[in-house]
Amino acid sequence: MTGVPTALPQPKPSPDPLLQVSNLAVSLPGPSGPVEVIRRMDLTVSTGEIVGIAGESGSGKSLTALTLLNLLPPGATVTGSIRFAGQELLGLDRLGWQRVRGSGIAMVFQDSSSALHPMLTVGTQLTEHMRTGLGLDAAAARDRAVELLDQVRIPQARRALKAYPHQFSGGMRQRIAIASALACRPQLLIADEPTTALDVTVQAGILSLLDELRTEYGLAVLFITHDLGVLSALTQRAYLFYAGRVMESGATTGVLTAPAHPYTAALLGARPHGLGSGRTLRAIPGAPVVPGQAPPGCPFEPRCSFAQPVCRQAVPPLRALGDGRALACEVAPDLTEVTG
Amino acid sequence: MTDLLTLDGVSVEFRSSSRGLVRAVSDVDLSVRAGEVLGLVGESGCGKSSLARVAAGLAAPSGGQIRFAGEPVLPVRWRRRPDAQTGLQMIFQDPYGSLNPRRTVGSQLLDGIPSGADGPERQRRVVELLERVSMPARAADRYPHQFSGGQRQRLAIARALAAEPRMIIADEPVTALDASAQAQVVSLLLSLVREMDMGLLFISHDLALVHEIADRTAVMYLGRIVELAPTRRLMATPRHPYTQALIRAIPQVSATPSLPVALRGEVPDGANIPTGCRFRPRCPHADQRCLSEPALRSTMDSLVACWRAEEIASEGIRV
Repeated sequence: MTGVPTALPQPKPSPDPLLQVSNLAVSLPGPSGPVEVIRRMDLTVSTGEIVGIAGESGSGKSLTALTLLNLLPPGATVTGSIRFAGQELLGLDRLGWQRVRGSGIAMVFQDSSSALHPMLTVGTQLTEHMRTGLGLDAAAARDRAVELLDQVRIPQARRALKAYPHQFSGGMRQRIAIASALACRPQLLIADEPTTALDVTVQAGILSLLDELRTEYGLAVLFITHDLGVLSALTQRAYLFYAGRVMESGATTGVLTAPAHPYTAALLGARPHGLGSGRTLRAIPGAPVVPGQAPPGCPFEPRCSFAQPVCRQAVPPLRALGDGRALACEVAPDLTEVTG
Repeated sequence: MTDLLTLDGVSVEFRSSSRGLVRAVSDVDLSVRAGEVLGLVGESGCGKSSLARVAAGLAAPSGGQIRFAGEPVLPVRWRRRPDAQTGLQMIFQDPYGSLNPRRTVGSQLLDGIPSGADGPERQRRVVELLERVSMPARAADRYPHQFSGGQRQRLAIARALAAEPRMIIADEPVTALDASAQAQVVSLLLSLVREMDMGLLFISHDLALVHEIADRTAVMYLGRIVELAPTRRLMATPRHPYTQALIRAIPQVSATPSLPVALRGEVPDGANIPTGCRFRPRCPHADQRCLSEPALRSTMDSLVACWRAEEIASEGIRV
């Protein structure tokens, strides 16, 4: 068995983050006009850093990922700025985006079986990429494919190249999908709930793998999850999303052990604690905000047990708290009783 | 308290043209009492769902017997169930698949209400059922697609409750839902057990979730129960190496975070079960004794199927 790195060394913050999203807003066409699904989003990811995005379903996690790869449905409008490796991505033409995808930013999806073609061998799918993306010949591409499969700990990599996706288990398929995403040496990997469909025992292996890729190759990872345990174990910094906005952000450990936003505290309360005291699941009252029907004030106000009249007046801006923490809440109640 | 549902030596086998004989469940004994939640956990492919289906009478076991309230559970075919057995209901993982998309919620709830009541009484019952699962009465006139996943799962529970069950088998009922919706559905299921003295067999791959709600928990590996104990006991001092591995793999929210520990290897194919202890190829503690299969035996306040349980406990294995 390989040793599992436990203490995560904090990466040195580089002067310029690899990915810098500023004031991003996304609207999708709706039956009665455009619906704003992401609002005033700021987000950064640096080389060698795993950054988490967490939140309920419909909070805009996956849409953010799709926006970063220009994979939104037709009719979507995007404003603001996405700077990646010093280059502004918004406004790129088709060819420009093609260069970014794969060799700059790559993505792994939740459902690995739909990311892999069922009728093509693993080898064909891995090498096709590299021959077009990196300009390798067949033999060189095959060597690199073997290297990639070794990297993601697929046993007997040479034999695996000749196999079809269905011949692997779900965990192995997700590893192959990661290998395929890494094929063109991206600097940033976006992973959208890549372990949600897997057993915890298999998930543990994938999380270790991502952390190894970060420490060994300086890969930057934007990891989307709804599991705060995964967020805590894997990521160095975290953004908590609700209704297409960042509610709270900062160093993951700080955010999860001393949450400042009632939403973060509510998410922590709704999660099974595993080794905690038992029988303490607390559902968040109400349902998530439907895009386009957000109240004029704080989007979480209708479900918040700390809401004050001020929360209904205007959307609270995301304010820096110092120490890299930021919070979008006018009340900022004392949450120690709730989370303690 | 008497046992509501008992499984006695239950086995489930399939014949597959490519894999041969697949042993999904081997010789499982389990019982669930009224007012009790029994959790059943294990990785995908360990036989949990096969067990659930035969326990609910949706398929016939290849061996052994299932009893509900003392009577044998007969496999459902294209006929009406005996009234005595409508007290045993099942909830599935996929709330999209368990409701008919082309019929209103109200008409589907009516189907389940036992005959005997007259029209207005039945309508009242529909409203009551919706209230029970915290849904508004107007939900009766809508179609399943008009609800979110969590709401739909609550409607599926209302459908199961229509038959006035005494026992519910829930197979991964919240796996498809996000954390907040999970908490709502789980709280609802728990309230049924506590307030209506129902029995609940709660099947999940999520040990952390089962820990929150189950009174006792059974851990299944490759078709066999490898450990069964009161949940708090099981989580605090797991005795079987597999249970220990499952617990160590749960990512925790912590001030000193660490990556969860992966279990080596994968669940073997049910057509190719390892000889001796089934967990042997993946077990860090396996030795010569493990070449023969251990039975589930009572030791240290648990039922454990491991030859070395006491030694592992005395070695003080960290969890």
